[in-house]
Amino acid sequence: MSLKTAIIGSGNIGCDILCKVLAHPDLDCTLVAGRSPHSAGLAFARERGVATTADGIEGLFARIGEFDLVFDATSAADHERHAPRLIEAGKVIINLTPAALGQLCVPSLNGLELTGASNVNMITCGGQASIPLAAAIARANPAVRYIEVVSSISAESAGPATRRNLSNYITTTEQALRRFTGCAQVKAILNINPAKPNVYMQTAVSALIAQADLAATRREVERAVALVREAVPGYEVIVDLHYSEGRLFTMVRVEGAGDYLDPSAGNLDIITATATHMAALMARGRMAVRAA
Amino acid sequence: MTAAIAIHDPTLRDGNHAVSHSLSLEDIAAYCRAVDGCGLSVVEVGHGNGLGASSLQLGLARHADTEMLETARANLSRTRLGIHMIPGFARLDDIDTALRIGVEVLRIASHCTEASVTESYIEHARANGAYVHGVLMMCHMASPERLLEEATKQQGYGANAIVLMDSAGHLDPDSTRERIALLSSELSIPLGFHGHNNLGLAIANSLAAVQAGATIVDGCMRGFGAGAGNTQLETLCAVLERYRFATGVDIFALCRAIEQLESIAPVSTPTVVKTANLISGLYGVCSGFEKHVARAASEFGVEPRRIYEALAQCNAVAGQEDLIISVASRLSQPSVA
Repeated sequence: MSLKTAIIGSGNIGCDILCKVLAHPDLDCTLVAGRSPHSAGLAFARERGVATTADGIEGLFARIGEFDLVFDATSAADHERHAPRLIEAGKVIINLTPAALGQLCVPSLNGLELTGASNVNMITCGGQASIPLAAAIARANPAVRYIEVVSSISAESAGPATRRNLSNYITTTEQALRRFTGCAQVKAILNINPAKPNVYMQTAVSALIAQADLAATRREVERAVALVREAVPGYEVIVDLHYSEGRLFTMVRVEGAGDYLDPSAGNLDIITATATHMAALMARGRMAVRAA
Repeated sequence: MTAAIAIHDPTLRDGNHAVSHSLSLEDIAAYCRAVDGCGLSVVEVGHGNGLGASSLQLGLARHADTEMLETARANLSRTRLGIHMIPGFARLDDIDTALRIGVEVLRIASHCTEASVTESYIEHARANGAYVHGVLMMCHMASPERLLEEATKQQGYGANAIVLMDSAGHLDPDSTRERIALLSSELSIPLGFHGHNNLGLAIANSLAAVQAGATIVDGCMRGFGAGAGNTQLETLCAVLERYRFATGVDIFALCRAIEQLESIAPVSTPTVVKTANLISGLYGVCSGFEKHVARAASEFGVEPRRIYEALAQCNAVAGQEDLIISVASRLSQPSVA
């Protein structure tokens, strides 16, 4: 039996996650909640035979018995209101907003440790793209002094909530970078590029390391990239590890699956794909518990 | 005299690009003391890309934002202290830090078509009593109509003035006039212009902007700034006076200040339009990229012109210095040659 989920937030992220949940054998979506009856996202869900409500969190609570897990794809401020109520109602939350609530999750690094968590924080798109690489670099080079990650995304893929939440984006990404690398000095940067055709999401990771172990770094990075690609097949290194004057650099490009938006919106895809992957890990965890 | 024009001086901010963000606290203190009585409206200080921008991506600054701002604050009494910031690099709490130090004019900037990223920052700054310029960078990349749409958003967020930045030094007097004239007729707040000199037109563009209705205009001492440099401050003031615009700047006092500052970077570093700057201006690539392109060109063995061309093709915006390495790396592959 598949895990029943609901999605709150009918913007870009909500719609993309809906596509992935519907395509996943272990997951089902019973409700999509938005705030406007004219929302294009709610129409998109109805066309796929999924029930919808335009009453936001209240609409979700009106059907609270119909799902076990909620993907929150609203905004940081909304998530802070939603989370305590959903947890009190016994629901598991996967938080796709930049709000600093829930346990920081990069599925390829700690997904299996979090299958029993009540609120899982998917950090940010730039976090999901950069942290596996940053953690790989830190594993190979415990003396790393500073790590910096820069993501560029297309203007079309940056919705109004992303644009209003840029400061939260930076704070949350930096907090997660520290948590997964153990490096105290970190910086996260986001650029939005309006070029047409849309630019693909790209993420650059730089690190200051006095004596980098390049062979070990290469092994760790290759392993990290392979793990991310299990959930995000379009994750690809486009600038190989480059080390000069104590500065290590590499860059990935993220091509999305093209479910709801253009494949260039790898930033949406990487966070919805990793969130779906995390929900599937939780579904399997529950099946294992029942089987035992 | 016809109109009052406020002269905004980002020598100690944009000029930091010219020396890879290495201006010293002594330079900042000496500069502020020397120009404080000259009638400039604002002196802007910081990393070349503003608050929170010190990074491997854009260059690490020699001093922390707070040290630079505190030093400037202690040495200015008549001219207001300003900063530049780009959401995505800077956080909301950087605004609080700046206000606590006593920054009086906050410039909150985005790429010219992406004003919505400044909304929460402008609102936060205004809610805390700050005086805010909404800034649209790389303004050659959008039509006058689109710029009006974006400037109107920033006006709606609460900006006290709007500044158009020709960050690539790509505009000419006609395209400057067209942009400023439309915005100045439609907006209800003051309008400013910030020029770069890649095509040798910074003064001409600034004059065209003022004639078309801009009342804030930027200039850097000796033109000290990113790429080919900015509009040359003292020349700008002289030209505006010649055209009978009142700037409030005492040009002879400014000249004396320049002579006193002979040994510090803004005055001692020659600012000329190098061929790389000319090429960058023609392609419309951000002036701040100059040193990063030169470094990538030598590391990857690629001609700078080809990097500028490729950056123009992918419409790189200010702050996307990481693209330079990816472009240089791609161009260095034999298959692309």
